[in-house]
Amino acid sequence: MAIEVRIPTILRNLTDGAKTVEGEGATIAELITHLDKNHPGIGARLVENDQLRRFVNVYLNDEDVRFLGGIDAPVSDGDTVTVLPAVAGGAR
Amino acid sequence: MLRIDRPIYDQIVAHARRDHPDEACGVVAGPEGSDRPERFIEMVNAERSPTFYRFDSLEQLKVWRGMDDRGEEPVVIYHSHTATEAYPSRTDVSYASEPNAHYVLVSTRDPETVEFRSYRIVDGAVTEEPVEITDAA
Repeated sequence: MAIEVRIPTILRNLTDGAKTVEGEGATIAELITHLDKNHPGIGARLVENDQLRRFVNVYLNDEDVRFLGGIDAPVSDGDTVTVLPAVAGGAR
Repeated sequence: MLRIDRPIYDQIVAHARRDHPDEACGVVAGPEGSDRPERFIEMVNAERSPTFYRFDSLEQLKVWRGMDDRGEEPVVIYHSHTATEAYPSRTDVSYASEPNAHYVLVSTRDPETVEFRSYRIVDGAVTEEPVEITDAA
């Protein structure tokens, strides 16, 4: 068993086009470190200064991980992690 | 070029007018690869701000999953500017993250005039494109 990670369109150039990849780890941070080994560059797109980037949404199953402890949120085999770039902008 | 049916065009403009002076935002989904905006989805602006918008993260997850389940993608991502022209700001460009989407900007600065413009935003480069409004058969 592993953790299924759903990859958004804009990052699929780092996963050879795959929509989902598998990862391992006990926390979101470990999972991202593991992903970056198999798909170099993906870590920097998700993390900045050891925190999740503000305009990247990471979900554990149906929850935004910001409400579950952020990058330290625990994950386990069988979980699904979804990455979606925030849709944001504005005149400011 | 963006081709969009008049009823969807009207819904986008109506949403922008209704939420003025806050920015309104949403998506029009369509079958993957079709480039046809068919399913209008109004989104909450979690920032409720006249100068900024951001989709509510949980609503976005639900809507993006719904598109996945139907084999759709976001064909149009729209938002309004309420005091400035319908042109992507630096903020819009830096957060643009759907390379296949038409980014539609509506300005509600003038209550009498509709400003509805469409752009591609890829790797920080903005390209305006013509908009053709089609009357559904």
